[in-house]
Amino acid sequence: MKFGVVVFPGTWSDRDCGWVIDQVVGAQLQYLWHKDADLKGCDCVILPGGFAYGDYLRTGAIARFAPVMEQIGEFADRGGLVWGICNGFQILCEADLLPGALIRNASLEYRCEWTNLVVERTDLAFTSSCAEREVIRVPISHGEGSYFAEPAVLSRLEQNGQVVFRYCDAGGRVVPSANPNGSLHNIAGIINKRGNVLGMMPHPERCAEPELGGADGLKLFRSVAGSALKVLVS
Amino acid sequence: MSLDTVDSRRLREVALTPEEYRAIVEKLKRPPNAVELGMLGVLWSEHCSYKSSKALLRRLPSTGDAVLQGPGENAGAVEIGQGWAAVFKIESHNHPSAIEPYQGAATGVGGIIRDVIAMGARPIALLDSLRFGPLPASRHHFEGVVAGIGGYGNCIGIPTVGGELYFDECYAQNPLVNAMCVGLVRVDRLMRARAEGTGNSLMLVGADTGRDGIHGASFASLELDESSSERRPAVQVGNPFLEKCLLEACMDLAHTDAVVAVQDLGAAGLTSSVAECAGRVPGAGARIDISLVPRRERGMTPYDVMLSESQERMLVVVQRGRESEVERIFQTWDLTSAVIGDVTDDGHLTVFDQTDMVARLPIDLLTEGAPLRRLTGTSPAPPPSLHLDSLPPLADAGQSLLRLLASPNLCSRRPIFRRYDHMVGDSTVVPPGGDAALLRIKGTKLGVAMTTDCNARYCHLDPNLGAQHAVAEAARNIVATGARPVAVTDCLNLANPDRPEVYWQLEETIAGLAHACRALEVPIVSGNVSLYNDSEGSSPIHPTPVVGMIGVIEDYGHRLEAGLKNEGDFVLLVGSSHNDLGGSEYLKVEHGTVAGRPPALDLAREGAVNRLILAAARSGLLRSAHDCADGGMLVALAECCLLGGLGVRCPALRPEAPLRLDAAFFGETPGRFIVSAPSRAMPELQTLARRHHLEISLLGMAGGQTIEFEGQFRLSLAEMRQAWEGGLA
Repeated sequence: MKFGVVVFPGTWSDRDCGWVIDQVVGAQLQYLWHKDADLKGCDCVILPGGFAYGDYLRTGAIARFAPVMEQIGEFADRGGLVWGICNGFQILCEADLLPGALIRNASLEYRCEWTNLVVERTDLAFTSSCAEREVIRVPISHGEGSYFAEPAVLSRLEQNGQVVFRYCDAGGRVVPSANPNGSLHNIAGIINKRGNVLGMMPHPERCAEPELGGADGLKLFRSVAGSALKVLVS
Repeated sequence: MSLDTVDSRRLREVALTPEEYRAIVEKLKRPPNAVELGMLGVLWSEHCSYKSSKALLRRLPSTGDAVLQGPGENAGAVEIGQGWAAVFKIESHNHPSAIEPYQGAATGVGGIIRDVIAMGARPIALLDSLRFGPLPASRHHFEGVVAGIGGYGNCIGIPTVGGELYFDECYAQNPLVNAMCVGLVRVDRLMRARAEGTGNSLMLVGADTGRDGIHGASFASLELDESSSERRPAVQVGNPFLEKCLLEACMDLAHTDAVVAVQDLGAAGLTSSVAECAGRVPGAGARIDISLVPRRERGMTPYDVMLSESQERMLVVVQRGRESEVERIFQTWDLTSAVIGDVTDDGHLTVFDQTDMVARLPIDLLTEGAPLRRLTGTSPAPPPSLHLDSLPPLADAGQSLLRLLASPNLCSRRPIFRRYDHMVGDSTVVPPGGDAALLRIKGTKLGVAMTTDCNARYCHLDPNLGAQHAVAEAARNIVATGARPVAVTDCLNLANPDRPEVYWQLEETIAGLAHACRALEVPIVSGNVSLYNDSEGSSPIHPTPVVGMIGVIEDYGHRLEAGLKNEGDFVLLVGSSHNDLGGSEYLKVEHGTVAGRPPALDLAREGAVNRLILAAARSGLLRSAHDCADGGMLVALAECCLLGGLGVRCPALRPEAPLRLDAAFFGETPGRFIVSAPSRAMPELQTLARRHHLEISLLGMAGGQTIEFEGQFRLSLAEMRQAWEGGLA
């Protein structure tokens, strides 16, 4: 399994993702520069956190036009694994690879703190190491992470089971008090219908070692690393 | 322009005195032209020249075995083991933040990051020491500054891991915003901003130059008055995305050996960066052509270009003929770079606008020429003394504790630090909220601890002793994580030193810092002085010498945190308590008074307590450690409970005379820690304590969800948390 980590000039989780892939998981790592129109044979492409081009306009609004994004769109169409984390999720929504949008946190403030997530899909390449409805602890760090979608889109997501992670309390209850940003339906992460494009606001790369306060994020990286291309790239 | 023709308004505009003007004419043997006058004005400002404090600052200890770079460079550097150097500095951005809180704070962060980058280091952490007037009146300043720090730090991707926050009437018109940055570099890659090599090229990289921030340095050297808001153009606007690109590009410079030096453009912009860079090499000069400076607006005069404080710019000294290698690196990050001149050996800074020479000044006149100001200090009337006998006895320790926990000076800082990304970089192993933050160095077992501290109320009551306390408390905070204090950066915030009582405070502050840093063997390797924190019609600020300290732990696996960990652990007080209520938060909150002297400080004892804690931590005897500071033992104990989510049950506290009950609970005797340990560790701990001639006393046992002193009071963690977490609302 070869991971690609996309680097925009304003990306800052690239090295954290790289560290986990290379040093913690021990998988193959390839950084992908935003100006490059070549995914260099990667099996899973990560769009990491940060402020791609500064995000002074709208998060991800400019990044979607980057040369690397065209390749990522085609890669996703072919069934390749695409994983947007934080800013990456915002970019995937802007690029229409995932439905909905991420808007300003309900508190109108940036939030960097630990959250609990209930894993609602474990049949995916990204979550196969998680138990059914397992609660994992993963930190968030964003100012614009409130998931929004039109009611019709939202109900389609729910009907199709496309919600992968929901903010919950430590006991796994999906309650308003566990929602850190005002996301509709406490949504923290969603998958496309085909099951190969994941977007999530929380940062699994920040919790892959116990000394950082928790290691639940490692489960997601291990899932992908172990998926051995269960999703066939045509 | 002789003194007859240069009018006083003109001199005030560049913040020079008639005497200073005379000194310039005498040295140049001619009157300076307008551009030169402006350049000298900014470099001779207090902010850049330290003309009021320089003589005193020489008294600070700045050497030690670990010191790789002391004061005089963009930042200080110390060796921390396994070939790594920590580079760090603290700097004030008080005046801009008073006028425009968001941008003032944001550009303060941006500036200190560039100082660390210039040393070749990758910034790994930020800390911010903040002071405002009381809430709610200071809400505008407070919210703007916190948002500005977050806006810049979160975007650029450097974790903000610590700092401090205090509220006092004296900061109502003069909020203090001090930003500290810590970076890492391999020792053999440490850079110095020295313009070596005649003929080498000077490249300006990063943002285009605009008219923003002109006279920022001079502005920072004046008292704020009604016209200060007209100086808003003197406040710069930050672009953290651009600085992120600049940061990465500068890190990529390590791939080439074509770069001789990198220098930040901060206060006084191009003028100071070129002059300082050349000034560090004896005999060196520089020749620049300002027509080659990329601009963001039209019609800028040579004066504007030389004095602009546009942010996110760096000066790079490049080996002649290898400019394109460097240009390519910046191009990768879509950054403009332009060769604007070269290094000379004539000891002058010569400025051309195409073929016209618009300024020519000796480098040493710019950097060292400002006549030192000889000020005199007079000690003011002593503060009101404290008569403990007339202080009513403690009525209800539990209720007092709740009020102290809710005090804006003591309450939880979580509402602040959760607005800052404090985790990016995957290195934060002790997050904000406890004593110091601790960051690991990936790929090693090494950890770097960092903190900022200053109890300015103590400094107000006794500037010398207060400054010593700031150093001692910072050291305790470092030690509480299990790390050994290594070195200091300081930011001296004071009022107008032309007032004899303020100059006296400055003298005393520096004497206190010097004494404590020598005693605790922590050299001061970088720092900043911010004077003139006064406003018309308001009282001057307390002397506020913020101490930024870093420490090292060889194996971060032995790190400690403040929160209690295990049910059944013994909770212990290390160190002994005295009737130290002078200047305490208890006195302020419960009795509405600021009086007395700060607690006596025995620095030898501080060192001994620190060594005891470190020895115990290394032997794995401790489960947690927390420094006792503002609010005393009981507030510290409550914090241990709140941070650990675990209560404590204690027998009644019955201090032996002459120790009073209020002082036993809330007195602020230094040299004390609250630690927790499993019962089996007790014999060894007692032995260690005897060896260090220190006292360890059992407070109680960890467990449950209440804090209780039998027969005295009992509070649930929930009600304490409510008070503690709501203090800033």
